Amino acid sequence: MSAHADTHDHEAHEEHHHKETFITKYIFSIDHKMIAKQYLITGTIMGVIGVIMSLMFRMQIAWPEEPNVIFEALLGKWAPGGVMDADIYLALVTIHGTIMVFFVLTAGLSGTFSNLLIPLQIGARDMASGFLNMVSYWLFFLSSVIMLISLFVEAGPAAAGWTIYPPLSAIPMASGGSGMGMTLWLVAMAIFIASSLLGSLNYIVTVINLRTKGMSMTRLPLTIWAFFITAVIGVVSFPVLLSACLLLIMDRSFGTSFFLSDIFIQGEVLHYQGGSPVLFEHLFWFLGHPEVYIVILPAMGLVSEIMATNSRKPIFGYRAMIASILAIAFLSTIVWGHHMFVSGMNPFLGSVFTFTTLLIAIPSAVKAFNWITTIWKGNIQMNPAMLFSIGFVSTFITGGLTGIILGDSALDINVHDTYFVIAHFHLVMGISALYGMFAGIYHWYPKMFGRMLNKNLGYIHFWITAICAYGVFFPMHFIGMAGLPRRYYTNSNFPLFDDLANTNVIITIFALIGGAVQLIYLYNFFSSMFFGKRAVQNPWRATTLEWTTPVKHVHGNWEGEIPHVYRWSYDYSKPGHDVDFVPQNVPLKEGEEELQH
Amino acid sequence: MDLTQGTLKEKHGRAKKMMLWFGIISLVMSFAGWTSAFVVSSARPDWLKEFVLPNAFIMSTVVIVISSITFILAKRALKNNNRQQTTIWLLATLALGVVFIVNQFQGFQQIIDLGYYFTGAASNITMSYIYLIAMVHIIHVIVGLICLLVVIYNHFKQKYNATNMLGFELAATFWHFIDILWVYLFLFLYFVR
Repeated sequence: MSAHADTHDHEAHEEHHHKETFITKYIFSIDHKMIAKQYLITGTIMGVIGVIMSLMFRMQIAWPEEPNVIFEALLGKWAPGGVMDADIYLALVTIHGTIMVFFVLTAGLSGTFSNLLIPLQIGARDMASGFLNMVSYWLFFLSSVIMLISLFVEAGPAAAGWTIYPPLSAIPMASGGSGMGMTLWLVAMAIFIASSLLGSLNYIVTVINLRTKGMSMTRLPLTIWAFFITAVIGVVSFPVLLSACLLLIMDRSFGTSFFLSDIFIQGEVLHYQGGSPVLFEHLFWFLGHPEVYIVILPAMGLVSEIMATNSRKPIFGYRAMIASILAIAFLSTIVWGHHMFVSGMNPFLGSVFTFTTLLIAIPSAVKAFNWITTIWKGNIQMNPAMLFSIGFVSTFITGGLTGIILGDSALDINVHDTYFVIAHFHLVMGISALYGMFAGIYHWYPKMFGRMLNKNLGYIHFWITAICAYGVFFPMHFIGMAGLPRRYYTNSNFPLFDDLANTNVIITIFALIGGAVQLIYLYNFFSSMFFGKRAVQNPWRATTLEWTTPVKHVHGNWEGEIPHVYRWSYDYSKPGHDVDFVPQNVPLKEGEEELQH
Repeated sequence: MDLTQGTLKEKHGRAKKMMLWFGIISLVMSFAGWTSAFVVSSARPDWLKEFVLPNAFIMSTVVIVISSITFILAKRALKNNNRQQTTIWLLATLALGVVFIVNQFQGFQQIIDLGYYFTGAASNITMSYIYLIAMVHIIHVIVGLICLLVVIYNHFKQKYNATNMLGFELAATFWHFIDILWVYLFLFLYFVR
């Protein structure tokens, strides 16, 4: 049996050595490592655009309606005399949210690391379907392009908020951005969903079917578990957004009344009757809430792996970590109502959603404690990846604690749609997932590009980013509790908020510094690609299979046979071994027992 | 079953079947979205409590169930290496699929005869849902027919035999899915008011 399989593996390997042209290698590549890099670069570009947008509307909030040469240069007709227009402010908020949530933290994070790590860490030559993987990336690229094109339509891009609640999103004449901008938004998102589904299907079946011999589910690194469950959540929840979008398109373009009731616009009575936008909120948040776990789970997986490697200790509570991922995934589908406590929902239903929401605190706390106990008394290696991982745990706890406040309907009603909510979700999913992504990039950069990132620039990047992230989002809790509503173009018309104006200036200054320091990272990222120190095969002395592949990428990942796996992925500092890590492909010594926590 | 075992070809075969199954889960979720929206909307004041599904929909349900059976017969014939019978049953499935779509459009015509259009002032939300759900299902049937055409083409090219029929099996699974999906939708629309 095994002899037969081996010859087959050998044949498969031979197959992979066909000649590649520039186009099949760099553009329409079906190799998962190249697709991962394509996702990363596209996600980075989208991220830069999303961050620039946030800096622009932060400047408007700090110095409301003051002329600014940057606005004049970047916004053109939307900033007459350099003063930002209110419509474009709303559009910037909308597109910033859309780009960061979907294009950077869903596709950029999951797309990059699922593609890179799933085949390498489970011991497979490639994804189950390289072709669908390529289609998935190019659909993502297409949807990114359409989303960017929507910035340039005459009446402005979509401005209904990233949650696109009707009627603002359902009636083309409701606002400038509700016309062509909204249509393009919907088209881009429909393509994005298709891309995400194709990617997720590939990740799921690859993890289940293409593991190498000996790689049982309980020997998988936690990264793979996280990517796997993330993909499952995506497959279950994204189609519901597609359903909602189709109903919305029917309302917009074909005159049905799924979400619309009696509406007057510009003195004209529209024919809609009887519909309810709350139905859209239900459908949207059935995706929307799982979506935040689609964003955070991969980051959790990356951080678990990096923390164990850089503490030179096995991950604490491996099975508890898997169980908590599963529990979070399950609970994520039954908590969507906590986004709608003020929508006129039955208070009893609200208390049910409060209960299920607060339950999520349990698996989240299990994970947080396990990370802390993993580094406890470890031989900690403070490289940038580890710093970002520790930063992740910090922001996850900070943001998670406010989640308990917001998950409780009685408390949430007081701070709903204020900056308190902004502070909460930016810390717990925005900054945390971004830290997870940075940690992953610093850790796996040598695997992706065969060179090391500059460590000192990494330290500068981390510390300034960390200070600025808290500098931006900590004060937001206070202005939120003081009642400042989110999404307002200007607060200067409300004497009530005059006291908060200085805090807003401080937040914006931190945001500007934090944004500027990302240039150091970008410089590090792109220059190290060509001039970085050459990487050795296993620079972090890690146990997982991706570090047994050659530094120079080969199609099919391993030169010879795929390694077999004999142990779990966290044999760090195991007694009885000379080195403090034992790779998974090293057979057990005589009398050695397999460790499992 | 230990899924880490097996040759690369076996692993990829398993992976493709499983990919279809997870794809079906995602399609089920989108229909769950529409049918639960239907249930939520049934509390609306303008909801039609008294409506009868057109007779054509009952016919189409019978037709698509039979088409599933003919596909099963085609598969059985292929397993027995009976090429001619396989051809007959595949073509029968194709024909029944087309009849199903024609039937659905007759159903739409019957709804229009009752005075309900899909959109606009002469529309009703209940009927809008029925049009929408049935139309989206028809799109899936069209995808199924395309798969069926590919299978028939490959069958004429003699690509399948009793031991090598992965593509055939995938198309069959999808076809049975759209059959069961319609039966579910029909029962749902028939009984849920």
